[in-house]
Amino acid sequence: MCEQTSSVVTDLNGDGRSLSQLGSLEYDPAPESVAVAHVRPSYGLFIDGVFTEPSAHEQFVTLNPANEEVLATVARASSNDVDHAVRVARRAYENVWSKTSGAERAKYLFRIARLIQERARELAVIETLDNGKPIRESRDIDIPLAAAHFFYYAGWADKLGHAGFGPEPQPIGVAGQIIPWNFPLLMAAWKLAPALAAGNTCVLKPAETTSLSALVLAEILQQAELPPGVANIVTGDGATGSDLVDHPGVDKIAFTGSTEVGRGIQQRVASSHKRLTLELGGKGANIVFDDAPIDEMIEGIIDGIFFNQGHVCCAGSRLLVQETVADEVLRRLVRRMEQLRVGDPMDKNTDVGAINSAAQLARIEELTSYGESEGATRYTSSCTLPDKGYWFAPTVFANVAQSHRIARDEIFGPVLSVLTFRTPEEAVVKANNTNYGLACGVWSEKGSRALWVAQRLRAGVIWANTYNRFDPSSPFGGVRESGFGREGGRHGLEAYLNV
Amino acid sequence: MSFGVASAVPSITSETELRARLSGLSGVDAVGLEARCAKLATRSLKKATKLTAIDLAISMVDLTTLEGADTPERVRSLCAKALRPDPRDLTVPSVAAVCVYPDLVAHARTVLGDSSVAVASVATAFPSGRASMAVKLLDVADAVDAGAHEIDMVIDRGAFLSGRLGHVFEEIVAVKETCGAAHLKVILETGELVTYDNIRRASWLAMLAGADFIKTSTGKVSVNATPQAALVMLEAARDFAEATGQLVGVKVAGGVRTTKDALRYLVLVNETAGSAWLTPERFRFGASSLLNDLLMQRLKQRRGSYVRADEFSGD
Repeated sequence: MCEQTSSVVTDLNGDGRSLSQLGSLEYDPAPESVAVAHVRPSYGLFIDGVFTEPSAHEQFVTLNPANEEVLATVARASSNDVDHAVRVARRAYENVWSKTSGAERAKYLFRIARLIQERARELAVIETLDNGKPIRESRDIDIPLAAAHFFYYAGWADKLGHAGFGPEPQPIGVAGQIIPWNFPLLMAAWKLAPALAAGNTCVLKPAETTSLSALVLAEILQQAELPPGVANIVTGDGATGSDLVDHPGVDKIAFTGSTEVGRGIQQRVASSHKRLTLELGGKGANIVFDDAPIDEMIEGIIDGIFFNQGHVCCAGSRLLVQETVADEVLRRLVRRMEQLRVGDPMDKNTDVGAINSAAQLARIEELTSYGESEGATRYTSSCTLPDKGYWFAPTVFANVAQSHRIARDEIFGPVLSVLTFRTPEEAVVKANNTNYGLACGVWSEKGSRALWVAQRLRAGVIWANTYNRFDPSSPFGGVRESGFGREGGRHGLEAYLNV
Repeated sequence: MSFGVASAVPSITSETELRARLSGLSGVDAVGLEARCAKLATRSLKKATKLTAIDLAISMVDLTTLEGADTPERVRSLCAKALRPDPRDLTVPSVAAVCVYPDLVAHARTVLGDSSVAVASVATAFPSGRASMAVKLLDVADAVDAGAHEIDMVIDRGAFLSGRLGHVFEEIVAVKETCGAAHLKVILETGELVTYDNIRRASWLAMLAGADFIKTSTGKVSVNATPQAALVMLEAARDFAEATGQLVGVKVAGGVRTTKDALRYLVLVNETAGSAWLTPERFRFGASSLLNDLLMQRLKQRRGSYVRADEFSGD
């Protein structure tokens, strides 16, 4: 299945002998210590400031996707537990948090941010164990960004009157928040920080396969002495999420996840008083013009699709490359892909880690199989994959047509589809020819062209000469089937204010 | 998809042609380049990899003394160090070369003889390059006649920055001719070229003109070798090899003092240009104090604990 490619700088003799092997200096294993995670054998629900047993005493296991070993058991919240959490959040809202001044709320948020920094190493390790992402990414991106979101919204808490939503914008009430498994702690921060800053109380449901970092965050909330009930964390599967969505005591639902589930949520809250923000799937186009800075552009494409194993809603999963440079870009891209270090996520030198779950791996495998049957040309990294765990080798499809499923469906894995275009107009038409609209990238050294294209792209986020850059001060969110509402920045406050 | 390559350095016959060639090179995005460097700086080299890399780095050192106060005695002791960096441990490789001013080349040759350690000499009115072409060529001839195996020339940065690319090119061609069998390293002085686009273009200019090595810096200005400049140059060397079949070396000089720095450069080499450059033939560190730190870390890796700095000679 795997097409072998050689990661050579050039082949002078044309006889297959490599002239210069990239990455030939083998790096010995450089594993981060598992022990610093302090994983407990089992975790309860975090309701009213304490860890509690689920009422039905149900537990489920959470695995390390890199080796399929059980990490811990986690409580499954029943309808009763969700009801309890929502009531507690309501009480905390009425009695405590809505009466707490912005400056006082900020104090707690600053504390949480600092505690995340203090426990950053522990959080990074537990995130990597539970999610399968490389420790380099959880250490350098997920955890620092999570802290940055709390710092950022802490700053807003006492300045809401200056955010452009009227002189005294009021919170909404109790927010039910459901987050995905791809950036577990970071998504928790994206949800909790603006909600708490704006004066809401929260019931957060982490994804079934990645509950652990949210539960460490629960410990941090305790350490920060956040008043009981202000933020509650209920673990469970889709049924728990449904209970939260359907609970009449919830005033707002914020959901990040698949478009399919998001569509169902929207239907279910349609006849209620609940407000809704959705951050859903994507099929981001990374548009490459022939005057792009080539080395950085290749890195940007690689980062756009292989960052976090491609488990990124805004991943640049469609590469639109100008025909004049298509061969050159593809050649360099495949060479660079071949260099990616795939394997043990706990190794500090790993670039691409494990697929988060067996179910996701099956979905990637299924969608990828259409690529070949529909006539695209497949290039797959020749890396050796570990025997145990869920793994998928980085893959690029060339000669992809707009009509192929791999150009239309969100794969949510390390799989890139390469298409070509001839003119800027054609690039824009192709980029917009999708149901999604979350993120796009434009690569060109010509500023006016990048702006011309950006103005015509229908997506919430456009990156120019970079990709997958996140900052708490910058709003993030989609249009069309990628959802609505913004997270991050001043805009992110609107989702949690009665405006 | 084709991996085929051209197999000769294109001959440049006019300044117009050179200018077209250089301005046709892709631009460098500074933010992206710096992000790439920062990411590669997090690579963690442990155990056997670290020992291999330290020995490789030692073998790549151009042990350098370029002071007005240099004397034959100073050069003699430096050469002894170059041959046997740690005389109690003969498994420590010799360095690649000793780098001195032209008038001290003969003294260095006396000590080094026909050993594996080459004698490199700076020339062409080093470090400023502000002299006439005739003077520069005499400087080169002088060093070559005294026995230098390698010549480290400086480009005319003033000419480059004012757009007289043909002048810079012709100087390199003339120096290369004067070098004869000696290898030519062309110092771009990246700290004075400032932009990454300039560094990329100067790298290609030097390679097209016949450089055997492109080198970051003289070590005499405020900004010397940086990982970012080195990355641009390694990309240029890789792409040049792909386009022409010619492998041009890269030398970083100035400010590389610690093993940590050196290993980060080796990671850049490893992941940008690859195995063909992981040899003293194609990658060098122009440095003086770096060698002792490499020796110190080498011993630490073996013994498990640090030794005093005085454990090693202070040359």
